[in-house]
Amino acid sequence: MEPNDLNAPGFEIPPELKGQLAITSLDRIYNWGRSASVWPLMFGLACCAIEMICTAASRYDLARFGMEIMRPSPRQSDLMIVSGTVTKKMVPNIVRLYNQMPEPKYVLAMGACASGGGPFKEGYNVVSGVDKYVPVDVYVPGCPPTPQALLNGLMKVQEKIKGETLKTSRWYRKGPDQAEIPIPLLGPDLIDPRKIALIKNGEKA
Amino acid sequence: MATPAPAQTIDLSARFPGILQPDTRPGYTGWIVDKSNLLEFASALKTELGYDYLSSLTGVDYLPEGKMEVVYQVYKTTGGPGVLFKVQVPRAEVVEVPSLMPVYPGVELQEREAWDMYGIKFTGHPDLRRILMWEGFAGYPLRKDWHEPYFEEEVKPFKSRWPEGKIVQAEGKNRFADNVTYPAGFDPENQTFKPEEALYDSLEKYQKAEIGLDTDHIIVNMGPQHPSTHGVFRVAVMLDGETVVNLKPVMGYLHRNHEKIGERNTYIMNMPYTDRLDYLASMSNNFGYALAVEKLMNVQPTERADYIRVMMAEMTRISNHLFLIGTLLNDLGAYFTPMLYALEERELILDIFEAVTGSRMMCNYFRFGGVARDLPEGTLQKVREIFFERLPRKIDELDRFLSENEIIRSRTVGQGVLTAEDAIKYSAAGPLARASGIPYDVRRAEPYSVYDRLEFDVCTRTHGDIYDRLMIRFDEIRQSIRIVQQVTKQIPEGPIVSMKPVYQVRVPAGEAYGRVEGPKGELGFYLISNGKPTPWRYHVRAPSFINLTAFGPMCVGQKLADAVAILGSIDIVLGEVDR
Repeated sequence: MEPNDLNAPGFEIPPELKGQLAITSLDRIYNWGRSASVWPLMFGLACCAIEMICTAASRYDLARFGMEIMRPSPRQSDLMIVSGTVTKKMVPNIVRLYNQMPEPKYVLAMGACASGGGPFKEGYNVVSGVDKYVPVDVYVPGCPPTPQALLNGLMKVQEKIKGETLKTSRWYRKGPDQAEIPIPLLGPDLIDPRKIALIKNGEKA
Repeated sequence: MATPAPAQTIDLSARFPGILQPDTRPGYTGWIVDKSNLLEFASALKTELGYDYLSSLTGVDYLPEGKMEVVYQVYKTTGGPGVLFKVQVPRAEVVEVPSLMPVYPGVELQEREAWDMYGIKFTGHPDLRRILMWEGFAGYPLRKDWHEPYFEEEVKPFKSRWPEGKIVQAEGKNRFADNVTYPAGFDPENQTFKPEEALYDSLEKYQKAEIGLDTDHIIVNMGPQHPSTHGVFRVAVMLDGETVVNLKPVMGYLHRNHEKIGERNTYIMNMPYTDRLDYLASMSNNFGYALAVEKLMNVQPTERADYIRVMMAEMTRISNHLFLIGTLLNDLGAYFTPMLYALEERELILDIFEAVTGSRMMCNYFRFGGVARDLPEGTLQKVREIFFERLPRKIDELDRFLSENEIIRSRTVGQGVLTAEDAIKYSAAGPLARASGIPYDVRRAEPYSVYDRLEFDVCTRTHGDIYDRLMIRFDEIRQSIRIVQQVTKQIPEGPIVSMKPVYQVRVPAGEAYGRVEGPKGELGFYLISNGKPTPWRYHVRAPSFINLTAFGPMCVGQKLADAVAILGSIDIVLGEVDR
C-alpha cells in the first residue's frame, strides 16, 4: 500500500526513522485493516456468479485485495455480492442471510438483475432489484459485469470503508442496533411485511 | 432396447385405428391421441415399437380455440426420428390428463412443471406439487389469460417505449411501485397453506421400503444457500443416520420466467435470452433456438456459418466441461486448486469468444440463417495455436493429475450408480446417459448442421458411477478438440448469413422442435408460431432440469456426502433448471 494511505498527514517523521515508523490515527489504521480483509459471502445466484468465480480464480486474482476467503456462512462474512437475478422465491432467503451477517456489513449489487431487475424485470417471479429489500452500497452495471468491472466495484467498497469513522459508525453506538429487516412472506404473491397493514386495509388490492 | 423397423415404414394410424388421428393443422406434424387411450398408446409405443426415450413434455394453451394441449416427444435411444403426439382437452379451471408416470417415469418433473405453469392435472402422478413457483401461488402463469404484475401489452415492442420516444414504465402507474395485487379480503397474517409441509409430506409418503432397524428419520435441508449446490438449488433429504432414505429436489429459486417473457418477445429478441438459460454454454443455446426457428422459416444457414457454429458450440462444450471438472472436484473436497487449473484453460476459450462476439459469456452470436459477424482476422490462427498445441497437452495433464488420484477414486468409484435401464427410464440425456453406457448423442442420432461431415466418436463409459461421469467429460473434451481441429482445416470462405438481416423475421404458422446436443444433454426448443411476430409457445427442453429426475433415485442408499458428489457429477446449471 501507499505510505500516504496509512500515515496521517501533518506529522513530520524524522528521516532516520522513515520506513520504520508510522504516525496515524485510529480510524485510518482500523479502516486500512478492514478494507484489506473483506470476506465476501460465497453466494452465487445466477450468471454473474460465474464471473465472480472467474474473478476469484487465477487470472484476475481477488486475493490481491485480501478478499480471496469466500465464506459460505453469512456469520463469517462482511460483504454480500448479490450476483444474479433476485427472484420472489429466493428473496426471503436473501433477507435472512443479510440479517445473519454481522455488522459492519456491505452489499454489492452485481449486474443488471440485482440492480434493477435487468432483462427479466417484467417476469412474474422477479424482484426489480435487491435494493427493494436490502440496502445496497455499490452497484456494478453489466450483464454480466466483466471481472474487471467487479474488481472496480470492490475497490469502491474499499473506498467506502476507508471513509468511515469509529465515532459515527452505527454499529458502535450504545443501545440496540437498528432492527432486523423483516423477512418477506410468500403468499398468493410476494408479501412485503412492511406493507401488511396496507394490504389488510385493502388499500393495496 | 428393442430395435424394430425404422419409424417411416410404420403407419401409426393403421396400427392404432380409432385411437389417434394425424394432426392436420397447417405446419403441424404428429398425432393427436384421445385422452382415454393415452396410456395404452404410450405403453404400446414403448414396448412394441421401441420408442423408449421420452424427451420432452409440455403444455400449450390455445386460448382462442378454447383448448389446452399436452405435447409429447418420444425417440428411440438407438437413433432416428421421433414421434410427436398430443393430447387435447377443453380449456377449464383445472384440466385433467392421465399421467405417463407408469410408462415413462422420466416425466415426473416435467408433469409437475406443466401442472405448475398450466394447471394441467396429471391424474395418477404420485407427487403432483408445484415445482417452480411456491405452493400457494395464485394462478397458472403460462396461461395466456394470466397477466403478471408488470404486464403492459400482449406483445413487444411496447408502445410505451416506441415510437413516441417517451418511456412510461408499468410501475410508474402504481404508487407502491411493486405492482403486486392480492385477492380482495386477503389477510397476510393468517395464511392457511403451509408451503413446506407438502414437501415434507411427500418425503414421508413416497419413501422406498424400510431398511432394517426401526429408527427415527430426520429431514435435512441443503440449500438454497449452500456452496455445493452450484447456485440456488435446494434438496430436502430424509436421513437414517447418515444414509439417504429419500431425497427431493426443490427448485425455482432462479425461475426467471423465460417462457412467459419469450412468448411476448419477437423471435430475434429471444436470442440474448437463450444465452442466459445455461449461462456456461451460451453458444449451444443459441444453436438450438436458431435451428428451431430456421426449421419453422425453412431457411438454411450458409456453409461458412455452419462451420463457425459448430466450432463455437464445441468450444462451449470444452469450456463447460472444464468448469464441471473444477466444480466437481471442489465438491469432493479438493477445494479450489483443480478449479484454478481448469479455469485457466477456460479463459483462453473465453478470449476467443470475446474477440469474435464481443462478450465473454453472453455471446448472442447466432442469427437466423447464419451468425452475427464474421471471425475477426487472426482468430483461426489463435484457435489453431490453442487447439493443436496447448489444450490437448493441458487436458492430458489435468487427466494425469486427477484420474489416478487415490482419494478421488475412493470417493467416486462405484458411487451413485445409474444403470443403463434407469438412465433411459428417467429420460437422462447427454454425458449422464453416456456414462451409463447408452451411446445416444443427438449429433449422431439426428445429425444437424455439418456434424455428419466431421469425424468424432460418441464416447461411452460402462459403469455409470461418479468416476465414469467425471472421465466421460475428459473423453468428450478430447473429441471436441478433434472436431475443432477438423473445422479449422475445412472451414470455407464465403458469406456468413444466408438471408438479408432484418429486425422482424417472418415466421409462417406451425410448430418446430429444434434440438442440439448441448454440453449437458439434449437441449430442445419447442416453438409454435401463429404467423405473428412473436411465438405463441416457446418451450425449452432443459437437459439439466430433466437429468435431475434421476437424482433422487441415484442418491437413495448413499451417504449424504456422496449426494453432494452425485449432484456435482450430473452437471446442473440453475439458470437452465429453473429457466
